[in-house]
Formats: sequence, C-alpha cells, structure tokens
Amino acid sequence: MTMPFYVAPEQVMKDRAEYAQKGIARGRSLIASTFSDGILIVAENPSRSLHKISEIYDRIAFAGVGKYNEFDQLRVAGIRHADTKGYAYSREDVDARSLANLYAQYLGQVFTHEMKPMEVEILVAELGIESSGDQLYHIAYEGTIMDEERFTVLGGDAEPIMERMESSWSRDHSLEQAISEMVAALAGPRKTIAPSELEVAALARSGGRRAFRRIGEAELQAILGAG
Amino acid sequence: MAPNLPLFSPPEDPGPSFIRLLEQMGHLGWGHMTQANLPSAIHGFQDPSPNIQPLRHGTTIVAVRCAGGVVMAGDRRATEGYSIANRTMEKVFPADSHSGVAIAGTAGPAVEMVKLFQTQLEHYEKVEGAALSLEGKANQLAMMVRGHLPMAMQGLVVIPLFAGYDMRRNTGRIFTYDVTGGHYEESDFHATGSGGRDARTAIKLGYKDNMSVDEAITLVVEALYQAADEDSATGGPDMVRGIYPTVAVITEAGFERVTDERVALSFRELIAAKQQGGQLP
Repeated sequence: MTMPFYVAPEQVMKDRAEYAQKGIARGRSLIASTFSDGILIVAENPSRSLHKISEIYDRIAFAGVGKYNEFDQLRVAGIRHADTKGYAYSREDVDARSLANLYAQYLGQVFTHEMKPMEVEILVAELGIESSGDQLYHIAYEGTIMDEERFTVLGGDAEPIMERMESSWSRDHSLEQAISEMVAALAGPRKTIAPSELEVAALARSGGRRAFRRIGEAELQAILGAG
Repeated sequence: MAPNLPLFSPPEDPGPSFIRLLEQMGHLGWGHMTQANLPSAIHGFQDPSPNIQPLRHGTTIVAVRCAGGVVMAGDRRATEGYSIANRTMEKVFPADSHSGVAIAGTAGPAVEMVKLFQTQLEHYEKVEGAALSLEGKANQLAMMVRGHLPMAMQGLVVIPLFAGYDMRRNTGRIFTYDVTGGHYEESDFHATGSGGRDARTAIKLGYKDNMSVDEAITLVVEALYQAADEDSATGGPDMVRGIYPTVAVITEAGFERVTDERVALSFRELIAAKQQGGQLP
C-alpha cells in the first residue's frame, strides 16, 4: 500500500493555475469593446460553425476562449438560466451581473474542489439602455471576476493586445471603425487576419429587442477591405 | 454542485427543449397541468357545459397565403358569457422572426401557451445556433396543444393557428390544429374561432392564387368584417374608440404587424364600397 505524498496547498493551487493557463494560452485571443452603438466582440476563429461568441438573451452576449467543450457547456447553462428567469419573472429582470456571478462561483468551485480546473476564460456582455450602461464582465478560470466599461481581452496573448487597444479605443467609433481597430489590435503589427478567420458579433442598441447580431464574412470583407 | 447554474449530467440534460428544462428544474411546466394538479378553482369542472360559460372564449382568427408569404389577422374582442371582457385583446403574436401564432379559445391558457411557445422557439435557436424548420415549429406547437388536452376536456379549450414563411421552400405555409394536437397543413387559407365559419366563407369567395400582400390584407379585413357581423363573440372595427383587428404580414423579411392606420383605411374603404353598392342599410 502506498501513502500519497503530502503536497502543500499553495503548490496544489499553483499547479492547477499553471495547468489552466497553459490550456487557455494554446487558443487564440478575443476582444470585447464598447462602441457608439453598443458592444462589439471580435475573435480569431477559423471555424464557421463552432462559435466562440453567442447570444444569451435580448441584451446579453457570451464569449469564451480555451477548451471549446467546457465554455460551450457554460454557454448553454447561461441560456438556460436567462430563459427560465425571463419566463418566471419578466424579460427586464434578466441581467448580466447575476449571471456573471453564477459563472464566477461555479468556476471558483471547480477550481478549488475538482481534480481539473476548467481551461476557459469567459465574457458576459450586457448592452445598456444608454452607452453608460454597457457592461463587460470578464471571468477567469479560477472565478476571478472583473467588470470593464471600455474593453477587455480574453486569452493567452492578452497583454500586447490590451496595449494596442489602449491606444486606439474610443467610445465614439462607428461599427466599421471599431471593427477595423479591433482586428488590427488582435493581429498586431506583423500579421493580418483574413475575414474568413474572424468571428465578429455585435450587441447593437439599434437592433430591436434581440440586440445580438453576427457580422458575416461578406460584411466583414466590405468593412476591412475599405479600411 | 453549482449554486443555481443550471448544469445537468448527460442522462438528465434537457437538450434544446425549454419545456423539458422547466420540468428538470422543477418548475410547474406545461406537462404538469394534468387533471390531478389543476388549480382548485377549475378542478371541480367535470361537466363543462354549464361551467364554461363565464370563461373567455369566442374569436375569429384567419390566415391567408399570398405572393411571398402569408397574412394573419384576428379580432380584438374577449367575452365572458354574454358580456364583453376586453376590447383590446391581442390574438395574433409573432412566434419568432418568421412565423406567427394566433389563438382562439380560453384566453388565460392560450396566452400562456403562446408565451411558452415563443420561449421554446427562441431557446432552441440559441442553444442549437440555428432556428427550427417551419414544420418543426408546427410540431412543437402540436405537442403543446396535446399536452393541454386534459384542460381542454374540462372546457378550457385552446385552438391555435400557426403560419409562417418557410425559408427552405421560399413560401408561406399555414397549419391548423384540433384539441388533440392533431395538425393539418392548409393549402391556401383558414379561419377558426366562433366566427371562423363566416370568415372562411368570405375568404373562399374572394380568394385568388398569388394575391399581392395588399389584396390579402383587404381580404382578411373583409373576412373579419363578415365574421363580426354574424358572430356576437367577434369584435368588428371600433371606429368610435379607434380599435381595429390585428393584422400581420409574414414574408422573407420577417413578421411585421400592419399599422392600425393601414387597417383602419382598409375598413373605411370596405365600408364605403358597401355603402355605394347599397349593401348596407
């Protein structure tokens, strides 16, 4: 019979964090940013059908990086939470803050209690009635939750992208301007990303009840080609 | 386990169905509305005939196929026995972006069924990343009507009418239902509710293949006018209060409600034509 070796809790947490970070760093990054008409999310994603960005509710969007099956499970749970809440109470009562908190609690729980942490970083974005009400909740693999009012970057390569966004971001950008700047920030100075490699979606105040809208390849081509 | 985040193990996972999700989460879902746990106020109704009188029903709802889509319409009156319960009741609703559902029967469960149906379609679309086919939507509604059968047996009947634009076949389609959840596709038009017969006759006389949207609006307006003329539970145009039937057009561009001004104009033209022809006293 073998006795398990003693491992200090600090070491356990460090190992788990490293494991999760490695998993997330393998994937490509994603930017969410506010613009004049709402919120834009731009991701590098060569797949047409396996989405990183999705609709949760009328004014709420979800995005994830890392392991697809893990963040997709969280996405579906988010839709279920929002739809049951809106059905039982009212559509107005569904908000991103409470959903972001649930995600944070769950990720925190998994990080400390399960064998394997989730290798994901997720975003819950909510479109405000006015631009001052736009909210971006960035939730890390261990349950840390950050709320941003301007922009946020998910994924392994966040820091340089963050710096590029810092210099180009403006709340007054039009949809076209914002997409061009975000794609440039995502790509960096030495690379260009083709429209077929991008997944872009917007929560637009001008979009009616269901504010979520995907911006397809043809539309992207027109925007990026012109810019 | 996660506090409140609805995650399920594979055997319990409700998939893209919102109704199964409600059941899994222990909400009082549609399927739970069986005879055994009906609200006590309705539980006593074994023989519906004397008791259904005070409950709201009686309506005319119509759908007509036209070039590039389908036009739906419904009157605005809700009755309780012989009195008018509501003059501004909506009976035609968008089911999702490209389909609509109209309701006849008991108002309470009918409106609830519409709300659940709308949520079911949107939920499926979001979870699966693609909308159901029009036939799939019609089937979903059939299952809800079937689930409602115990209530219908007690007199709380709900009969929907479903129509939409089929994006795969590029045409408008109409589906009708009976209380048991049986659903049938109509080739050109249909009308149900207490004034449905009169409306159907009016449409039958004026129907042409490939009518324009405007012609179809004129025809449903005529049908509702005739139904209201013959049926006490169907409301006609209320020119005094400015309340007109709901008319909606569903085409490739989606579900769109026709403005009250447009419907009012159509009624004024209809009445003017009748007066000129000496058809009205």
